[in-house]
Amino acid sequence: MPDISRRRALTAAAALAATATAATVVAPAATAADHEHPMPMPQPPGHFDEVYKGRRIQGRPMSGGGHHHEHGGGFEVLVDGVQLHVMRNADGTWISVVSHYAPVATPRAAARAAVDELQGAPLLPFPAN
Amino acid sequence: MTVRKNQATLTVDEKKRFVDAVLELKRSGRYDDFVRTHNEFIMSDTDTGERTGHRSPSFLPWHRRFLLDFEQALQSVDSSVALPYWDWSTDRTLRASLWAPDFLGGTGRSSDGRVMDGPFAASAGNWPMNVRVDGRTFLRRSLGTGVRELPTRAEVESVLSISTYDMEPYNSAADGFRNNLEGWRGVNLHNRVHVWVGGQMGTGVSPNDPVFWLHHAYVDKLWAEWQSRHPDAGYVPTGGTADVVDLNETMKPWNDVRPADLLDHTKFYTFDS
Ligand SMILES: [Cu+2]
Ligand SMILES: [Cu+2]
Repeated sequence: MPDISRRRALTAAAALAATATAATVVAPAATAADHEHPMPMPQPPGHFDEVYKGRRIQGRPMSGGGHHHEHGGGFEVLVDGVQLHVMRNADGTWISVVSHYAPVATPRAAARAAVDELQGAPLLPFPAN
Repeated sequence: MTVRKNQATLTVDEKKRFVDAVLELKRSGRYDDFVRTHNEFIMSDTDTGERTGHRSPSFLPWHRRFLLDFEQALQSVDSSVALPYWDWSTDRTLRASLWAPDFLGGTGRSSDGRVMDGPFAASAGNWPMNVRVDGRTFLRRSLGTGVRELPTRAEVESVLSISTYDMEPYNSAADGFRNNLEGWRGVNLHNRVHVWVGGQMGTGVSPNDPVFWLHHAYVDKLWAEWQSRHPDAGYVPTGGTADVVDLNETMKPWNDVRPADLLDHTKFYTFDS
C-alpha cells in the first residue's frame, strides 16, 4: 500500500521536526491542563511528563504538524522515549495502538493504560515490522 | 459452498482441520500479512480523515472482504475448512469449549498474560508473534479482566433493532446500527469483545489471536441478521462523501471491490442457521 508508506514517511518527518524544536517549547504544568472528561469540542490536551509505574510517560504537541492526517490531533505520546501511536476520537476521547478498542479521557490516561498493558515490556517504535 | 458454523458445534475433526490450516498459514508467512494489513488500517483510519476499515460505514464490508481473503487462504491449505463464528452472547465464560486445549487454548497466566495451553501457546513453538507493537513474542490473553461481561443477547437485540445502517458524520460519533455494533456508541458490542479477550486482541495487531476471525465472523453474521430484519434499509452513504467509502466506491487495499459487491453474503458462504 503506497499510501500507507507515504504516511509513514510523513510521520517520521513530523517526529524529527518535533525533536528539533522541542527545546524551544516551554511545558506548562500538566495536571491543571489535563481534562478528565471528554468534551463536545475537544480542547488541545496539556503537556505531561511523569514517571508512572517506573516508566517515563510524556505527552506534547507535535510541532510542524498539520500537513497530513495526524491521528492524535498533532499530539504525541512517548513511553520511555519511544513514541506510542495514539489517536483522538471525534468525542475527544483517546486510544492507543496497545489499547485500541477502549477509549479513555486523555492522552495521559492512554499513556498510563499503555504502561499497564505493557507490564514492563519495551514498546517498539511504530510502524513496527 | 462454504458453510460457516457456530464454533460450539464443530466436531473434533473440524476443529483440528481449522487449527492445522491456521498453523500452516502461519508457518508459510501468509498469516502475518493479514496482521500487518489490519494494523496499518487501524492506525490510519481516523474520524476526521480517510477511514475505511474501522470507525466508518465500510467497517462491515471491509471486514467481510478481509475475512473472505483469510478464509480463501485457509481453503488453499484445506478445502474443507470454513471460518467458524463465536456467538459471544451465548458462549460467554472461560469454560466455553472455544477456549479448550483442543481448539484455541485458554486465558493467559496472571503474571504476564502468556497463554499456556492449546496449539497457539508460545511453548508449542508454532505461534511466534512477528508483527507486534511491543517486545513480547508470545500470545497473551486476559479473558474477562479488561471488562467483566461480554455483551448479552438482549444487548445484541437492542442493536439489531436499530433501523438505520449508519448516519452522519459516519465515524465513531455516529448513531445508527454500524457504530452501535462496532461499539464506539451505545451498549458496545464489537469493541467490548476485543477488550474482554485482552492481550493482543486489545491492540491494533489483534489478528495475532486466532479468535479475531471467530469474533469477526459473528459480527459479520449480525450484519446479515440485521439485513434480514430491515430489508428496506441499505448501506449508506450512497455517493459523494469525502473520506468515506460510498456504496459504489472501491475499497482499499483491494481497489477492485465495492461495498455494493459485498452486501449479499450468500454469494460467498451461508451460515449454519
Ligand atoms: Cu478490524
Ligand atoms: Cu475487531
